[in-house]
Amino acid sequence: MKIHEYQAKEILARYEIPVTKEILCYTVDEVQVAAGQLGFPCVVKAQVLTGGRGKAGGVKLVRNGEEAQTAAEKIIGMDIKGFTVEKVLVAQGVKFVNEIYVGITIDRNTKSAVFMVSREGGVEIEEVAHTNPDAILKFTIDPDLGVAPFVARKIAYALFDDAKLVSQATDLFKKLYKVFIETDASLVEINPLVITADGNLLALDGKMNFDDNALFRQPAILALNEPSEDEKKEIEAKDKGLSYIRLDGSIGCMVNGAGLAMATMDMIKLYGGEPANFLDIGGSSNPQKVIDAMNLIISDKNVRVVMINIFGGITRCDDVAKGLIAALEQIKITIPIVIRLSGTNSKEGLEILKKANLPIVETMSEAAEKAIRLCEDILL
Amino acid sequence: MSILVNKNTRLLVQGITGRDGGFHTKKMIDYGTNVVGGISPGKGGQSVHGVPVYNTVADAVKGTGANTSIIFVPAAFAADAVLEASEAGVELVIAISEGVPTLDMVRISPYLQKRGTKLIGANCPGLISPEEAMVGILPGGIFKKGNIGLMSRSGTLTYEMVYQLSTNGLGQSTCVGIGGDPVAGLYYQELLQMFEEDPETEAIVLIGEIGGDAEERAANYIRERITKPVVSFIAGQTAPPGKRMGHAGAIISSGTGTAAEKILAFESAGVQVARQPAEIPELLKKLLKY
Repeated sequence: MKIHEYQAKEILARYEIPVTKEILCYTVDEVQVAAGQLGFPCVVKAQVLTGGRGKAGGVKLVRNGEEAQTAAEKIIGMDIKGFTVEKVLVAQGVKFVNEIYVGITIDRNTKSAVFMVSREGGVEIEEVAHTNPDAILKFTIDPDLGVAPFVARKIAYALFDDAKLVSQATDLFKKLYKVFIETDASLVEINPLVITADGNLLALDGKMNFDDNALFRQPAILALNEPSEDEKKEIEAKDKGLSYIRLDGSIGCMVNGAGLAMATMDMIKLYGGEPANFLDIGGSSNPQKVIDAMNLIISDKNVRVVMINIFGGITRCDDVAKGLIAALEQIKITIPIVIRLSGTNSKEGLEILKKANLPIVETMSEAAEKAIRLCEDILL
Repeated sequence: MSILVNKNTRLLVQGITGRDGGFHTKKMIDYGTNVVGGISPGKGGQSVHGVPVYNTVADAVKGTGANTSIIFVPAAFAADAVLEASEAGVELVIAISEGVPTLDMVRISPYLQKRGTKLIGANCPGLISPEEAMVGILPGGIFKKGNIGLMSRSGTLTYEMVYQLSTNGLGQSTCVGIGGDPVAGLYYQELLQMFEEDPETEAIVLIGEIGGDAEERAANYIRERITKPVVSFIAGQTAPPGKRMGHAGAIISSGTGTAAEKILAFESAGVQVARQPAEIPELLKKLLKY
């Protein structure tokens, strides 16, 4: 789960990490008032749940009321990678001498948190990782030790020589790790952390992502969730035991299992088609799940054909076939479907589907080819 | 021979009185797995499918001499269940539970290492050595005894693969579902090494997924250490960045973890990568000169 910059900085501030003075605004008028309160120069920053705001023109430094007005008018309502900007953060302009990158995330290989710092802050860290990987210093955090004072000091000395900065950084790094652990974050990032003109550390930006698996024990974090329209559909699906992600293609997919669902999408693309969604219906022959899944797929108006790919494991193919028939009898579908059923008792399952006059194929490649052909026929 | 589980496996089921635990205990017994006991706090003294239930893993190990445990408890309690098994001296723990918080896995990992406990999962379908033991929620009927070692991050995609292997006359030594979470127990490198050392395994199938760089690391390991032929398939070639494809670990973040990078890494390590699951049996037959 992702949250906005202003929310991340509110959390950081709660842990006494110094952040810029700032005010959240929804309208141009509010921006004017906020800028007046904070004083010029200040920065108007789009609050959207995606990266690359700066490049998209969603962050503007303003020096007077007129500029604040122009920036606010431009940014509020603008589209950044499919996200509409509904709110902006007006932050006090800060004079600084240096920009640092600080981040904590999980390293799958060492099975521990990793603390990353770089003197090349301010730019996208992925870019630094690409062009100058040695500029990023990584510290693996032993879960038993955490960021003990000496660990924080070690990281601080890797960045600074000045005693005052080392002392401030040591304190900040301990707090940052505490935030990471206590909120079940998957990423905490301050980029840039600046050294101000008067020699203090200050977080100009903040980013936090959280582990979806841990949200059950983080009610305060969960309350910050602002799902997009697509994500609302995904959440609705999840409540019905379906894992759904909308894509841009025209071939709807219904598959049991995440890996097989991905492989099915790949297969469609391999044969020149475009999948309309990722959809994992899990392992059961419950007709209701198929009905829910089918309704979800056809709610996407781009879908021209539905491809059903089920592997019968513990749930045998004959049971799956009966479930499919029961479901398809209950909903009216006007678009063509292709069914591919394989696995335990597949012969019996296919026989049942054949008797019900449902379009069956034997292999995944046949299914993909047939779905694409049907799709092309419709478009002609 | 096989790896990790076999005829000598003496299995405990943690969460045996739950719906899933009970259901799969029956399936495992039917397959021929030696299930020696179950754990459910407060229900010690009862029995499930003829298997004695204990209050604690320590009691169960004492009472049965178990060496392996499978975990079906809810995600919030899974990490504690793994630690309990490890502390009681169980050598191999398989965590089926789905949705375990990542930091829980991070927290337990040093203790497991200290105790020398092997963990598979969480969020995995388990493992099987055909005709010897099935420890998991796998559809036992599709597996056939043979010489192919298989490891995978996915469930049904594995079954799809195994079904095609079995129907093409390619049996398996052991098939391991390592799970789809970002931080998990045994991974490609450890399993590659075990298959390399297993005299019965002649070739290895590695089924990967988008997200992380475990496949790239596995490719390096194969180049340096593995002499047996390895073939692979990577799911998620068409997945968009930033979207979690069912598994928590299957997410492409900021341009890394893509299928293209993984395929390239494998191919440059001499691992043949199938473009679709159906190609795997053909690739294996060519390599093994069947």
